[in-house]
Amino acid sequence: MMLAPAPYLLKDASVSQVMTQVCIALVPGIAAYAWLIGPAILVQLVIASLAALAAESLMLWMRGKPLALFLTDGSAIVTAWLIALAFPPLAPWWLVALGTAFAIVVAKHLYGGLGQNPFNPAMVAFAVCIVAFPALMSQWPSVGLQLTTGDQINVIFGLAPRVDAMSGATPLDALKTALKLGDGDIDVAHLLSNQDLYGNFAGRGWEWIAAGYLLGGLWLWQRKIITWHVPVAFIGALTLISGALWLYNPGQFANPLFHMFSGGAMIGAFFIATDPVSGCTTPRGKLIFGAGAGLLAYVIRVFGGYPDGVAFAILLMNLGAPLIDLLCQPPIFGMKDKS
Amino acid sequence: MITRDEFRTIADNGIWKQNTSIVQILGLCPLLAVTTNAVNGIMLSLATILVMALSNVAVASLRNFIPHEIRIPVFILIVAALVTVVDLLFNANLHELYLVLGIFIPLIVTNCIVLARVEAFAAKNPPLQSTFDGVFMGVGMLWTLALLGGMRELLGNGTLFGGIDMVFPGLSPLQLLPESYPGFLLALLPPGAFILLGCMIAWKNWMDARAAARVQRKPRRPAAAGVH
Repeated sequence: MMLAPAPYLLKDASVSQVMTQVCIALVPGIAAYAWLIGPAILVQLVIASLAALAAESLMLWMRGKPLALFLTDGSAIVTAWLIALAFPPLAPWWLVALGTAFAIVVAKHLYGGLGQNPFNPAMVAFAVCIVAFPALMSQWPSVGLQLTTGDQINVIFGLAPRVDAMSGATPLDALKTALKLGDGDIDVAHLLSNQDLYGNFAGRGWEWIAAGYLLGGLWLWQRKIITWHVPVAFIGALTLISGALWLYNPGQFANPLFHMFSGGAMIGAFFIATDPVSGCTTPRGKLIFGAGAGLLAYVIRVFGGYPDGVAFAILLMNLGAPLIDLLCQPPIFGMKDKS
Repeated sequence: MITRDEFRTIADNGIWKQNTSIVQILGLCPLLAVTTNAVNGIMLSLATILVMALSNVAVASLRNFIPHEIRIPVFILIVAALVTVVDLLFNANLHELYLVLGIFIPLIVTNCIVLARVEAFAAKNPPLQSTFDGVFMGVGMLWTLALLGGMRELLGNGTLFGGIDMVFPGLSPLQLLPESYPGFLLALLPPGAFILLGCMIAWKNWMDARAAARVQRKPRRPAAAGVH
């Protein structure tokens, strides 16, 4: 038997400790992003963080809340980073700033501030911007066209023209469009062999960013910031449905590994669906929440009109989270489970 | 006849205290669908004002002859007849706008504001008061729809009074924001209407809370006379 030394009573981690660790866990993904796609993402992270702090200060001042306490808790920074990572890296600066401000002002503070928001603020920002500015939100840097750091910054701040050549679809979107245009004649294996756009198991470059998120997510689980339920259910449901359709028709449906490492699946499973405020908190509820989000994400990204479905899937599950939690209350200790 | 106090109460209820759009939250369907610009909102409200004034005066005049048990079908028939008149008037004189407003003019019949005022006010009050009630309830709808429509088109397009040429052929919309404004499409879609309507309701409650705080600071002030 293992006996741990005293103290036996441990203090729960504070909000700022949790948020700092979430930021640290995002670092591998961000590092891969900056290395493989371009340092523009670092500029976007700074823009989003500044916009979040400004919007947070404004709302705290209007609501008469203590500024220093809430500004240093780091929750606004986590929201800002998730927004910067979800938006296209060469999005104009005002788009990122507007999305972040909308997330903080409308999705967070109008619902009552930290801990009260029914929807994940970062995903609200993504949904608002992709509905309001579909063209700008679909311009992802096409691989094979390298811009210097200075050029990338100029594009973000509108100092250089946005030429169409430097923007393409995400690997996920490109695959969907090609399959639709091919009308059954083109198969996935042929498309994935295009080494300009696709790498070893998913989108070229993007696959390693997703792997970075996976690494950070595992560290969060090891640190007990998140539990295993949501990510396992999310990725499990995504694998099940994509695997079933892939076995049914491997020519028209990409394999589960591709879906796992494409788009926002990894960051969604580990960093967004695990949000303790807008997601479920009971163990069984978390399983249902994660599985539902994974299923919906697959359905929306494969059969829907948007490039990726993770944001909409998580927002839809956010709607159901209070009800799911209500139906999944664990039995009181010592009592028999009613169900 | 009508006393000054009665008139003031009716006007105050219609424009502010019982405002159809931001207090009673009635008639949300036309509110969301037509307020993509201020002109559409204003013109639909004007049509609704006309229908409400006429239906209120008709019902108030006939209120002693309508059997209580079948009053709702009778009210609806009266309102439907008046809406048909307004519909044909729009079709004949403002045909382009008629095409834009489309189904929402005939749908004034089903607008709960009209039936609500007929049932709650005109069926119990004399014709003159009922006419004013219909007009001021409509005015309350008019300014909220105009404000909402103006905000939505300003955010969505950067213009104000788009489509004014359909009403006054010589005029053109105001371009308030620069041509390069990318346009916040969400404001023109139904979610934008819901969010902005929510902001307007919050603003109204905030104004009322401030007014209440001011009254509380001076408790000696005599309470305003009024019928509720």
